[in-house]
Amino acid sequence: MVTKKGLRGNLGRVVIYLIVLLLGLICLLPLLNILALSFSSSDAAAANIVGFWPVKFTVAAYRKILEDGQFWRSFLISVARVAIQLALNLVLIVLMAYPLSKSEREFKGRNIYMNLLIFAMLFSGGMIPSYLVVRNLGLINTIWALVLPGAVPIFSVIMVMNFFIGVPKSLAEAAIIDGATPLQVLTKVYIPCSKPVIATIALFSIVGSWNDFFGGLIYMTKVANYPLQTYIQTLSVRLEDILNSGGSLTTLVNAMEVSKQNLNAAKIVVSVIPLLLIYPILQKYLITGIVMGSVKE
Amino acid sequence: MKEMAIKSKAARSAGTVRRLEGRPLSSQVMYHLMMFPGMVFLLIFSFVPMFGIIMAFQDYVPAKGILQSEFVGLKHFQYMFSLPDVGRIFTNTLMIALGKILLGTVAAIVFAILLNEIRITVMKKFVQTIVYLPHFLSWVVLAAVVVNMVNLDGPVNQFLAAVGIGKINFLGSNVWFRPLIVLTDVWKEFGYNSIVYLAAITAIDPGLHEAAAMDGATWWKRVWHITLPGMLPVILLMAAMNLTSILSAGFDQIYNLYSPMVYQTGDVLDTYVYRMGLISRQYSFSTAVGLLRSVVGMILMVSANELTKRFTDQKIF
Repeated sequence: MVTKKGLRGNLGRVVIYLIVLLLGLICLLPLLNILALSFSSSDAAAANIVGFWPVKFTVAAYRKILEDGQFWRSFLISVARVAIQLALNLVLIVLMAYPLSKSEREFKGRNIYMNLLIFAMLFSGGMIPSYLVVRNLGLINTIWALVLPGAVPIFSVIMVMNFFIGVPKSLAEAAIIDGATPLQVLTKVYIPCSKPVIATIALFSIVGSWNDFFGGLIYMTKVANYPLQTYIQTLSVRLEDILNSGGSLTTLVNAMEVSKQNLNAAKIVVSVIPLLLIYPILQKYLITGIVMGSVKE
Repeated sequence: MKEMAIKSKAARSAGTVRRLEGRPLSSQVMYHLMMFPGMVFLLIFSFVPMFGIIMAFQDYVPAKGILQSEFVGLKHFQYMFSLPDVGRIFTNTLMIALGKILLGTVAAIVFAILLNEIRITVMKKFVQTIVYLPHFLSWVVLAAVVVNMVNLDGPVNQFLAAVGIGKINFLGSNVWFRPLIVLTDVWKEFGYNSIVYLAAITAIDPGLHEAAAMDGATWWKRVWHITLPGMLPVILLMAAMNLTSILSAGFDQIYNLYSPMVYQTGDVLDTYVYRMGLISRQYSFSTAVGLLRSVVGMILMVSANELTKRFTDQKIF
């Protein structure tokens, strides 16, 4: 009886392990497919015979990328936007989160600011009015159009604010008695205490701005100014799209002429590398972010 | 007399603050100064566009600007509801969003329960590393991955042909496009979404499981009567939070996967606003559709927050 039950338990466990492995494979295989494509020869890629392992292994596609000026231009635009966005976000978020972490009694007007922030988080003017503001400011085709509209991620401000509320008051009081100004209290006491939450919002910012293609799509009118994701998005124009948008025969022939599938795959792989590099850190702060994401008051 | 009273009251409260805070005036000013840069950005990029909503009630002409353009009342809203497009677009948005929420939640919960049973640490870590990854990749990248997988000659169709089902044109079929969108979104997010449920499971007292096992409860029974009820508060919280995204069926994903062939079933509010506004340059009409979306979205957010406050000890904002 006991053995029978144990056997059934073991069988069940094996099934569970297999299902979990299968789900892991389902996530892994499509990514392997694109990696394999990028290392395959262009005829193999065009013939659709590449599965999850390179066919006629070659690094030709990667060599081609090295000569592609626009790819690297877009890559640098993306790096620059991530850097500017990160610096801007960190400064603004921390500066706002600190006074907001005070009570209304300590900081008169705190609740008004808070309500404004929540309203701005819940309601937006929408795509067209936002676009017109950016255009009227003359930011079209500048990197600032990608960076400034997202200067204050309100969700992150609230996350840091909640973390600051949890920092023991006694630490700050000691500093105040020593004559520290609020800015000094923030930089000397609060920021050193809050590394996990600051790391979390920094990672949000990096991943968000690296992955964004929409800003480039609507605010950049020249391909030369596209950030990397927007540039990659323009690569994957499908034949049916060309036909449906009434594209000329020449564009169609151009699209069919050379199979760029392996080249495009290589570009996609390279665009993901920076994220893979920070992925171990991302995973470390994943839980922190999620636990703090659910706000408790 | 009255003025005097107010003054002295103010002086007294200032005195209290002085005694509590040490340097009341300078820190109050400092706090406002710290808020200032962020508020300037919010003013320009969040609050100014809100006034742009006036466009929805005008026939906006870029050359004239908002101040000079002619007011037309609810014309664009009436036009919107007279279009056959709009009903279709709301249906598409709701069906896709609901599909993602329901299937996504179930998949994440099931995966979390299964993953919790894995005792081999290396395997657990490895699977986690893989399944969390797609969440961090953009839809631009993942759309290319999906297209490669499901196109007519791709691995999925080769498999379907091999098992005798036959090839399916997922990206060009109005039958298959919505399921494809829902399934690929679940694929991208189930791992990441399972994190919060996994945390909820590990918080359940293992003593309950041991006691139940002693009484002869099977694994299924323990999952049903211990694990799931233990996860319920988190499930409710996540359900409320998901409710807020019911009008955003995922612009990035759909924009990168759809084509005119599947507008019938795949065109959603956000893609429609984008095409009407920024491609067709119907600024006022597009703003009107966007406004409707924002208002309904805000109502949903506030009600979700109320629900969460009522049923759990948490709130969303």
